[in-house]
Amino acid sequence: MSAPRSAAPGRRGRVLRLYAPLGLYLLFTIVPFYWMLVFALTPAGSTAPVPWPVTFDHFATVWNGLGYAVFFRNSVIVGVWSLAVTTVLAVMGGYALARYRFRGRTLFMVVLLCTQFIPGAMMLIPLFTIFKSLHLINSLGSLIVADTVFNLPLSIILMSGFVSAVPFSVEEAAMVDGCTRPRAFLAVVLPQLRPGLIAVGSFAFIHTWNNFLFALMFVSRQDSFTIPVGLSYTIGEYSADFGALAAGGVVAALPVVCVFAVVQRYLVRGISAGAVKG
Amino acid sequence: MATMRRKAVPYLLISPTVALIAAFLVYPIGSVAYYSLQNRNLTRPWADGFAGLENFRRMLFEDELFWHSLGFTAKWVIVEVGLQLLLGLALALIVNESFIGRALARSLVFSPWAVSGVLTTGIWILLYTPGTGVLRFLGRPEAAVLGNPDTVFPAVIVAELWRGVPFFAILLLAGLQGIPGELYEAASVDGAGRLRRFRHVTLPQLRDAIVLATLLRSVWEFNNVDLLYTLTGGGPAQVTTTLPLYVAQRAVDSKDFGYGSALTMAGFVILLFCSILYLRLSRFGAQR
Repeated sequence: MSAPRSAAPGRRGRVLRLYAPLGLYLLFTIVPFYWMLVFALTPAGSTAPVPWPVTFDHFATVWNGLGYAVFFRNSVIVGVWSLAVTTVLAVMGGYALARYRFRGRTLFMVVLLCTQFIPGAMMLIPLFTIFKSLHLINSLGSLIVADTVFNLPLSIILMSGFVSAVPFSVEEAAMVDGCTRPRAFLAVVLPQLRPGLIAVGSFAFIHTWNNFLFALMFVSRQDSFTIPVGLSYTIGEYSADFGALAAGGVVAALPVVCVFAVVQRYLVRGISAGAVKG
Repeated sequence: MATMRRKAVPYLLISPTVALIAAFLVYPIGSVAYYSLQNRNLTRPWADGFAGLENFRRMLFEDELFWHSLGFTAKWVIVEVGLQLLLGLALALIVNESFIGRALARSLVFSPWAVSGVLTTGIWILLYTPGTGVLRFLGRPEAAVLGNPDTVFPAVIVAELWRGVPFFAILLLAGLQGIPGELYEAASVDGAGRLRRFRHVTLPQLRDAIVLATLLRSVWEFNNVDLLYTLTGGGPAQVTTTLPLYVAQRAVDSKDFGYGSALTMAGFVILLFCSILYLRLSRFGAQR
């Protein structure tokens, strides 16, 4: 931020101020992940702090024996559907908020913000009753609907920030050139929304992938379990089998941690864009 | 005709969202209010019927666990959010500096944000269980931290910090990036050192971001059931039962929807009251 007065104290200050705390925090972040990997990759009974000798038996156990292949497929179905529906509706809603001044706009914004104060855990009972009357209990449909509804408000607010950041003049120019408004949107605006689509989509996917309570409450048949529910049973029933627990954890973590690593910088930018707009 | 159609466009765009929110958020809240006045238990359907304020009377005067869960909820939210704010702010300031490997460092320290509560439980059970955990390297081989009422609170706090700090760091980093560089230059020209720049430029500029982040996170930690449900189950001896966890256990395990709805109503009222109070006290968005 500023030029150090002299080189040597500046460098020592930097180590104390920057690298030492960052190193400590990195350790706190990484050791738990590392520990899970060690247990997932070493044979049962090993207490060595390094993953050697390596075995993939635990992965075979959870994937085939404990049914994680099915849980994984269910989680992917729910996650991708929720991602798709959330993103499309967020673009529509975000565009309406950013580009139109209409009656009820402020009310709509207030409702979206208020939904952030509704705890999902408190909605288990009424949602269960609704899904029961819709015959959606034990179906992945209930999870897609519930997760999408809970993802939507924040996604719309974020997306309206991204739409506002695209100058209206580029749309106008396309319309002057003879495009209709929908065509102008698809041809000019949508490509510029790419960071927003990535941020909102990944946000929706991660939330849906991780949601535990809805899946626990609305689904009780094992062939409809999602990964978090499967993992909670592994924790409960096989607490002596730490290898299976760790391998299940790796299966649960891998998709979201990979998605997150790719989109992390869009996420920070997306929150800035949404916050600037307010 | 053309203007009529144009006026309808924004309504058409938001109509699916409005329908979803009305059907699956607004209507359910109304139905909770209705059920809270009913006897309704899925395991005893023959006893269902109007109950008046009976559920609330039971909750306020006979249910010790309700009052106990309220106390623990407050302790949980305040300690957890306070520590997350301090560590998150420090972390955001650090990764906002420029240094070699910053992108990688950011990805790594933010990554637990993407992890679910259940997975956090799985990982920390590995770390906490005697014989498998890391504590044996610190010379405490037989400490069963999760089964002991004295150590269970710090143990769950640390596990949730691991997952929760990145959220604060991400939000505050976004806020830091929105502060105009000229402000720092002007402060430097006026002879302000690093600490004074932090106090007089960074903190006031981050104010709204901090208020918003702490509020969102408090609601979220209040609502956070996944971790406690799987890591401690509210135990040992129900010392770690929050109000929403109590509701979730009522809903999932005993299917007592009437009483659970009364507990839910209590939760709504408390959350609403605290949120409004917090926003007023912090004068969010006020002109300075």
